[in-house]
Amino acid sequence: MAKKKSGNVEFAPRGIGDEKSGAVQKGVDLPAATKSKHKDLGLSAAKLKAMYEQMYLQRRFEERAMQQYQKGKFGGFLHLYIGQEAISTGTTFALNDDDDIITAYRDHGWGLCRGISANEGMAELFGKATGCSRGKGGSMHFAKAENHFWGGYGIVGGHIPIGGGLAFANKYEQNGRISTCFFGDGAVDQGALHETFNIAQLWKLPAIFVVENNGYSMGTAARRHTVADIVDRADGYGMKSAVINGMDVFSVYEKMKEIADDVRKNSEPWFVEIRTYRYRGHSMSDPQKYRTKEELEEYQKNDPIERLKTYILENDIAKEAALEKIEEKVEQEVLDAVEFADNSDFPKDEELYEDMFVEDDPYFHT
Amino acid sequence: MAELQFREAIKAAIDEEMAKDEKVLIMGEEVAEYNGAYKTTEGLLDKYGYKRVIDTPISELGFAGIGVGAAMNGLRPIVEFMTFNFAVLAADQIINHASKVKYMTGGQIDCPIVFRGPNASAGQLGATHSVAYDSMYAHFPGLKVIYTSEPDDAKGLLKSAIRDDNPVLFMESEQMYGLKGEVSDEEDYIIPIGKGKIKREGEHVTLVAHGKMYHLAVQAAKELAKDGVECEIIDPRTVKPLDLPLIIESIKKTNRCVILDEAHPFGGLAAEVGFLIQREAFDYLDAPVQRVTLPDVCAPFAKNLFDLWYPSVKQVVDAVNQVTYRN
Ligand SMILES: Cc1ncc(C[n+]2csc(CCOP(=O)(O)OP(=O)(O)O)c2C)c(N)n1
Ligand SMILES: [Mg+2]
Repeated sequence: MAKKKSGNVEFAPRGIGDEKSGAVQKGVDLPAATKSKHKDLGLSAAKLKAMYEQMYLQRRFEERAMQQYQKGKFGGFLHLYIGQEAISTGTTFALNDDDDIITAYRDHGWGLCRGISANEGMAELFGKATGCSRGKGGSMHFAKAENHFWGGYGIVGGHIPIGGGLAFANKYEQNGRISTCFFGDGAVDQGALHETFNIAQLWKLPAIFVVENNGYSMGTAARRHTVADIVDRADGYGMKSAVINGMDVFSVYEKMKEIADDVRKNSEPWFVEIRTYRYRGHSMSDPQKYRTKEELEEYQKNDPIERLKTYILENDIAKEAALEKIEEKVEQEVLDAVEFADNSDFPKDEELYEDMFVEDDPYFHT
Repeated sequence: MAELQFREAIKAAIDEEMAKDEKVLIMGEEVAEYNGAYKTTEGLLDKYGYKRVIDTPISELGFAGIGVGAAMNGLRPIVEFMTFNFAVLAADQIINHASKVKYMTGGQIDCPIVFRGPNASAGQLGATHSVAYDSMYAHFPGLKVIYTSEPDDAKGLLKSAIRDDNPVLFMESEQMYGLKGEVSDEEDYIIPIGKGKIKREGEHVTLVAHGKMYHLAVQAAKELAKDGVECEIIDPRTVKPLDLPLIIESIKKTNRCVILDEAHPFGGLAAEVGFLIQREAFDYLDAPVQRVTLPDVCAPFAKNLFDLWYPSVKQVVDAVNQVTYRN
C-alpha cells in the first residue's frame, strides 16, 4: 500500500505578493532593440513620419474610445492595444499590402493599420451601421477583408488554424502572398496552436505565427500559465523562430521584413515571439491586482511612440513643430470620428437578418 | 439511371465538382494515399494529385480550421471527417468560426466549405462512436445540414453543397456506403438544398424519416401495409433548411404522424418537427404526434443492449399503431 504524504499541495504557481527580494516582477524580458538606423532599414523620413502618425493614431483612437466607453456611449468588451502599437505598425510597414493579417480581439490597432478609418473604427465600437463591420462585430471583430485584414477573433486560439488556412490558400494559388497570424501569450496554451504548427510545418505553409507576449493572459502572468520560453515551442516542430523587442518599431520592422522575405522565398512557416506590454487592463473591467504600478512604469519608460519621437528629433528627421502638426491632425481625426460615430445611425432592424447567408432571401427557421 | 453504391455516388459528386472547379479540394484523414477510410475518395489522388487531395494528421481542430481559412481566402475545401463523432474536436471551427464569420464581419467574408463524413451509429462501436450530430449542428444559425438516405439524393445534394457559398455539413453513414440505388445519370445532376421528397405515398399516417432511419421507415411501412395501413414516407433529406411545407401538406392528408430520428430525444429533429406540426397543423391532427428516437442513454456495446438501444421496426410499428388507435 502506498503511504499517504504530508505537506502542502499546490498546482498553479502563485502570483505577486510572494516575492522575497522586493524587486519589481517583470511580465516579459525585452530583448535588446536593433541598432540599425532608419537608413540601414531603407526607411525614408516620410516613412518615419507616417509610422509616427500611425502609432499616434492608434494611441489616441483608443484613449478616446475609452472615454466614450466610460461615458456609456457603447457597451460590450473593450480591449485596448495601448503599449503594443509598435507591433502592428512595424509589421504592416514590413509586409506587402496584399499579405494577409488575422488577429485576436485586441484588434483596433491592426484595423487602423490596414485602412480602417478612424470613423469606421469608432462607428464599429458604437455599433453603428457605418462601422467597418456594419455594427455587427463590435470591438472584437474589426475587419477589412478588401485590404487583407481578415479581422479580430474572440475565441482564444480559434483563429490560429484559420491563419494557417489563409496561408494554405496562398500556397494553393501560388500568388506570392504570405499570411501572418497574431495572438496573445494565453493562446499558446491552446491545442489549436499545436495542431496548426504541426500541419503548417508539415505542409510548408507560407505563414508567420506571432505571439504578442504582453506578459499576461487576463490576470495570469505568463510564468503562471505556460512553461519555459514561449518561443521554444517552435523547436518541437522544427520551425524557424525569432524573439523581437516589441516596444521598438524598428526592431519589429527589421525582423518582420527579413522573416517575410524568407517566408515568401522558401514557403516555410515561422513562429515569432514579440515581447511587449499592455498598459491598460485586460478589458475595461480589470482591477489589475495581479501587477504592480512599478512594473507598469518600467515598461512605460520604453514607450514605443515616445521612442520613435525621440529618434526622429535626435536624428533631425523632423522638427518638433512638424510632429506637433501630425499630433494635432490625428487629434482632430479622432475627435471627428467620435462625432461621426455618435451621429451615425444604428443598423436598421432588417439588418438583424442580413449577412447570415450569401443568398438574398435565405431560409430562417422560426 | 445507373445503379451506384452510396460511396460511388459520393465519389462521383466530388469528382465532378473537382473536375469543374479548380478551387475545389478535399482534405482529411486517409483521404489520399489510403483512398479514403470508406473509399469515398478512391482514385481521386491519382486523378487530381497531391495538391488537391490531401492527407491530414489526426488534428480535426487544426485541419478544419485550415479549411475555414482557405475558404475565407477564396478556395472551396471539402473537409472530410472520419466520422462526425470526431468532428466534435473541430466544433469550435464549425460552430464559432465557419458559421459566424460572415455575420460578424458585416458580410465581408464568405466561407464556402463542406464538412462531410459519416454520422451516427455504425453498429456496436460503443459510446463515443455512435452519436447523430445533424440536429445539433442544425441548431446553429449559419449552417446548412444535410443527411441523406439514398445514393441519388447523396449525389445531387453533395454537388449542391460543394457549389454552395455558405458552410454546409453533409452527413453520410458507414452502414450505408455499400447500399445500392438508382442514381440519375442526368448530366450535372443537382438537387436543391432544402427540398424533401415524398418517397412513398400513403393515406393513413405520415412517417418523417431521414438518413438511416428512412430505411427503417420503409421496412415498417411494408409490415404495416400487410395490415392495410398505408404510410406516407417523407424524407426531408436536408435537416436545415427544413422542407416544412412538404411535411405539413402530408399531415393535412393523413392527419397522423410519426417522426423517426437517429438522435437522442431531447431537442432533436423529432422534437422540432413535432413542435412545428402542432403549430402549423393543429386542427388537422387526429392523434398526438409520436416519435421513435434513441433513448436518452449512451450507446452500449453488448449486442443485446445495443439492440434495445437502437430504434427498431417494431418501435415504428407500435408508434403507428398508437397514432392510428389500433392498439
Ligand atoms: C477559448 C477561450 N477561453 C477563454 C476566453 C476568455 N478570455 C478572453 S481573453 C483571455 C486572455 C487571453 O490573453 P492573451 O492570449 O495573452 O491575449 P491578450 O489579452 O494579452 O492580448 C481570456 C481568458 C476566450 N475568449 N476564449
Ligand atoms: Mg497576453
